[in-house]
Amino acid sequence: MTQAGKHMAEELLAIDGVTKAYPGVVANSDVSFSITKGEIHALLGENGAGKSTLVKMIYGLVKPDSGKMTLRGQSFAPAEPRAARASGVAMVFQHFSLFEALTVAENVALGMENPPQMRALAARIKEVSEDYGLPLDPDRMVGDLSAGERQRVEIIRCLLQDPKLLIMDEPTSVLTPQEVEILFKTLRQLSAEGTAILYISHKLEEIRALCDGATILRRGKVVASCIPAEKTARELAELMVGAVLTPPARAAKKAWPETEAALEVRGLSATSPIPFGTALKEISFSVRRGEVLGIAGVAGNGQDELLLALSGELRSDPQMVLSFGKPIGALGPSERRAAGFVAAPEDRLGHAAAPDMSLMENALLSGAVRKGLTRRGFIDWGATASWAEEIVARFDVRTPGISVAARALSGGNLQKFLMGRELSQSPAVVVINQPTWGVDAAAAAFIRQEILNRAEEGAAVVVISQDLDDLLEISDRFAALNEGRLSPMRPTEGLTVDEIGLMMGGAHGMEVAHHGH
Amino acid sequence: MLRLEKRPSPSRFWQMATPVLAVVLTMIAGGLMFALLGKNPVEAIRTIFYDPLFNPQFAAYSRPQLLVKAGPLILIAIGLSLGFRAGIWNIGAEGQYIMGAICGAAVGLAFYPSESVLIFPAMVLAGALGGWAWAMIPAILKTRFRTNEILVSLLLVYVAEAILASMALGRLRNPEGGGFPGSRNLSKWEASANPELIAGTGMHWGVVAAFIAVIAAYILLQRHILGFQIKLAGQAPRAARFAGVAPTKLVVLCMGLSGGLAGLAGLFEVTGPAGQISIDFGSGYGFTAIIVAFLGRLNPIGILLAGLLMALTYIGGELAQFMLGLPSAAIQAFQGMLLFFLLAVDLLSNYRIRLAKRGVA
Repeated sequence: MTQAGKHMAEELLAIDGVTKAYPGVVANSDVSFSITKGEIHALLGENGAGKSTLVKMIYGLVKPDSGKMTLRGQSFAPAEPRAARASGVAMVFQHFSLFEALTVAENVALGMENPPQMRALAARIKEVSEDYGLPLDPDRMVGDLSAGERQRVEIIRCLLQDPKLLIMDEPTSVLTPQEVEILFKTLRQLSAEGTAILYISHKLEEIRALCDGATILRRGKVVASCIPAEKTARELAELMVGAVLTPPARAAKKAWPETEAALEVRGLSATSPIPFGTALKEISFSVRRGEVLGIAGVAGNGQDELLLALSGELRSDPQMVLSFGKPIGALGPSERRAAGFVAAPEDRLGHAAAPDMSLMENALLSGAVRKGLTRRGFIDWGATASWAEEIVARFDVRTPGISVAARALSGGNLQKFLMGRELSQSPAVVVINQPTWGVDAAAAAFIRQEILNRAEEGAAVVVISQDLDDLLEISDRFAALNEGRLSPMRPTEGLTVDEIGLMMGGAHGMEVAHHGH
Repeated sequence: MLRLEKRPSPSRFWQMATPVLAVVLTMIAGGLMFALLGKNPVEAIRTIFYDPLFNPQFAAYSRPQLLVKAGPLILIAIGLSLGFRAGIWNIGAEGQYIMGAICGAAVGLAFYPSESVLIFPAMVLAGALGGWAWAMIPAILKTRFRTNEILVSLLLVYVAEAILASMALGRLRNPEGGGFPGSRNLSKWEASANPELIAGTGMHWGVVAAFIAVIAAYILLQRHILGFQIKLAGQAPRAARFAGVAPTKLVVLCMGLSGGLAGLAGLFEVTGPAGQISIDFGSGYGFTAIIVAFLGRLNPIGILLAGLLMALTYIGGELAQFMLGLPSAAIQAFQGMLLFFLLAVDLLSNYRIRLAKRGVA
């Protein structure tokens, strides 16, 4: 099947005809592939292609319906993660499971079957972290660490088990480009020592740079196996999506009359309402009509707080946020919506949408003001329903109907619905955090196009995203959040990835970070 | 092995079916308990559920009692349910009920022995205001100082009971009562009386108010943006803030509404079935209404039915004590079972039960 380039083809893990079905969906259908010792193997596919289910089976979280797995020549059917770990399989999850109020060493100890003495453990953590170029202070509180450093805690927790196979789920989604380089160095070192790595991602350039082999999944089936370095990113993307992709079209910039900025933020400082959140410090920027401002940054550097401050959930001094010269910093969400604002928070279930409410009710949630869905306080359910239907049809939301609970939708579908809800309110100012998080490539392209369309119609747009592709494709100007401060804005054209990385704070907690400041 | 699997959306069928199932299970478990106590379970169940309504010997007395007991339960539970929906836990309706009765009675007695037709409406207003004001104490403490409304509202019940005792013995005591504790009989003074409106039904103004509250709450929750915000705040507080709901306003509103309705219930009780402010005026309606609110799954129509059912178990329970010599603790245990089964089978509306074989890969 796959060829390992640089190692002897000693097979470590073989997956043979594995199938797993959930009610209503086949997550994996007859999936087969194998990984050799020391190989870095990519598992590539869009959201919902079945990557997560597959690795959960390898890690013992899910049991396959049929098919078999072999680890080092022996039949392998872990009943639980503990059994998988005992066989030498370790996993770094996309979402960390760390306690913020405990230190690094305490967090590591919590994940161990028989933790050694704290002092011995701390020494061991220091040793491993230095061996692999992942500096980490075992005595620091996890709540004070950046996302990149938290990931190091997870990786070191795995390395202490001396794994034969390390599974990494979307590891770079929380890293700056510089931190990605450091991670890759570590992974290559592990590979050279004979540890195989199963690397899940949809970032194609990374996979081309890092991986020896790749298995591509589409709708639960293996559609191709290849050596990523031999393919172009475009070829990989088309294998993944199964269609030819077209980048969003940008109409020629229209010149809007030079009025006051549609959105201006002046010296905005605010403490975070979120526990262990990041305070906003002296943030200033302005966006004119028809303009898209992209704000990059690693997760947890003030993105959520900035969105709250712009949506009106976090109030500030009136003069800190202005719209067309009017001070609106002290206004709440409804009043800001009346003034033409729409906002889309990152967290879909629980913040942007009420999980147990229907799509229709969720449409009302943010659309009541701008779409005029109430009359003297009484809800016009007819109008609400037809608007919700309109969003579903226009944004291609796959759902049995609008009376379905929001939590019943897949992440990507719900994201499409919520983007549609905000973008179809004829806004004057659009603020979005993570517009394409978790949606497939075709839907991401559509959402980006819709954002550009609103800008073309004269809206001022602020897109906050951890996905640089989002920002580079649609923004006119670019800035990055780092520890609650906003870097100076630069025109997007001509920016290099290196420059962006430095704006995002370089590699957090590393020497490199101090260059260019 | 039994396994629970979360449903993608709550099942409509089970939302309707669980209360019925809970009542059936309560009858079975309760019957078992009565059998263990050496009573005929079928007869006991029949005495509780059937005799109060249809036995010719008791129905004449029991049937009107159904509305008399259900009225205040429903009225209070409707108010509580709005707060519970929003995640605001007013546990002190009993205190608000007492304070409503005291304030209403005090306003009425101040005009004794006038025969003005304005007295009763003024008392109704004072009753609602009294309950509202008593509920404002935990509401304002919560919004200003972030105290816990559960504790404050609950403890204020005991304060209200102390005030009740002092009123019954002091300022509101009937000057012509020969020194006995308790106020003048308000139900016998025409200007303040809350009589049975249709003879033999038990229907009085409090029952009318309860029905109006059911309808108003239904419209509020189904059709009005405020009802939507209440539901939203309870289900997803962050989404509510995103939608522009101000949490403090909602606390003041929900506490105020539930306090006001409890105060009204107290006023209608003191001017009608109870008749006077007495030391033992607080009869636990405020606490039982919490059960009624949940039994009706915080839905106005559900509360209407649950209030009637709860009233029935009270009347039937008394009858069973009287006729069969069942201990009152057994009746209370029976009522507790009802709540227990209701909450337990509620699981079925959100989860599916699967039989799963263990350890097969």
